[in-house]
Amino acid sequence: MGHGAFSSGLGKGVLPMSLVFYLIAALTVAGGLASMVLKNTVHCALALTVAFAGLALFFLNLDAQFAGFAQILVYIGAVAILVVFAILLTKGSETPKDGVFSRTWLAGLAVAAAVFAVLGWAILHTAPMLPGATPAPAVTVQQIGQALIGRYVLPLEIVAVLLTAALIGAVIVAMHEKEGTK
Amino acid sequence: MTPLAGYLLVAALLFSVGLAGALTRRNAILVLIGIELMLNAANLNLIAFWRYGPHPEALTGMMFAIFSIAVAAAEAAVGLGLVISIHRHAKTTDLDQMNRMKG
Repeated sequence: MGHGAFSSGLGKGVLPMSLVFYLIAALTVAGGLASMVLKNTVHCALALTVAFAGLALFFLNLDAQFAGFAQILVYIGAVAILVVFAILLTKGSETPKDGVFSRTWLAGLAVAAAVFAVLGWAILHTAPMLPGATPAPAVTVQQIGQALIGRYVLPLEIVAVLLTAALIGAVIVAMHEKEGTK
Repeated sequence: MTPLAGYLLVAALLFSVGLAGALTRRNAILVLIGIELMLNAANLNLIAFWRYGPHPEALTGMMFAIFSIAVAAAEAAVGLGLVISIHRHAKTTDLDQMNRMKG
C-alpha cells in the first residue's frame, strides 16, 4: 500500500500525521457519532457500517492488512447484516414517540465525557514518551498463519469452540418455541 | 504528537462515543451497537500498539486483535439473539420498559 512509508516519512515533519489519517479519522468518528444519535434505527446500522469501514481503513493504514480484511469480512459482512436483521425482526425501525434517548441520558453523557477526558488527559500526558514513527513491519499472511497454527494454536482452538457454542446458543435462545410442544 | 498518540486519541474518542450511546439509547439493539463500537476502539488500540511497538514481528498485538474480533462476533450473535428472544416475550426492545426479570 505504501502508506507506512508515507506516514513514517512525515513523522518528523510539520504535520504529525498524514492527510490520510485525518480523513479516515473524520470518517470513522462521524460514522460512530451518527450511529449513536440518528433517530431511525436502520440509519444507525448503516452509519455503523461506515464506522466499521473506517476502522478497516485504519488497520490497512497501520500495515495490518490481515486484520483490516478480517474486519471487513467479520464486521461489515456479518455483524452489520446481523444488526439489520435484528432491527427488522424486532420492528426497531419505528421511532418511539417518547424519544430515542433514555430518561437518564444526561448522566450517561456525563459519564462518557468524563471517560473521554481521563483517557485524553492520559494520552496527551504520555505522548512525549510514546515511540515515534517506525518503519513498516514486514509481516506476511504466511507468518500470521504459521503463528496461528504454531504458537497460538491453543487460543485458536478455544476460539473455535467459543464460536461453535455461541452459534448453537444464539440459535437456541432465538428459536421460536412452538405452543404446546416443548 | 506522535502517530501513535493520534491513533490512541481517535480510539478514545470512538470509545467514548460508543459508551455514550450504550448509556443513553433506549433501544437494546443500539446499546449493543455502542458496545461493538467500544470493542472496535479497543481493537484499534491493539493494532496501533502492535504497529509502533518495539517488536511488531512477534505479532502479539495483531493476534490479540484477531482473537478479539472473533470473540466480538460471538458476542454480537448471542446478544442479538437475546434481544430477539426478549422482543418475542415482552413485545418491546425499549430498555426503559424492561424493568422486571420475571416474565
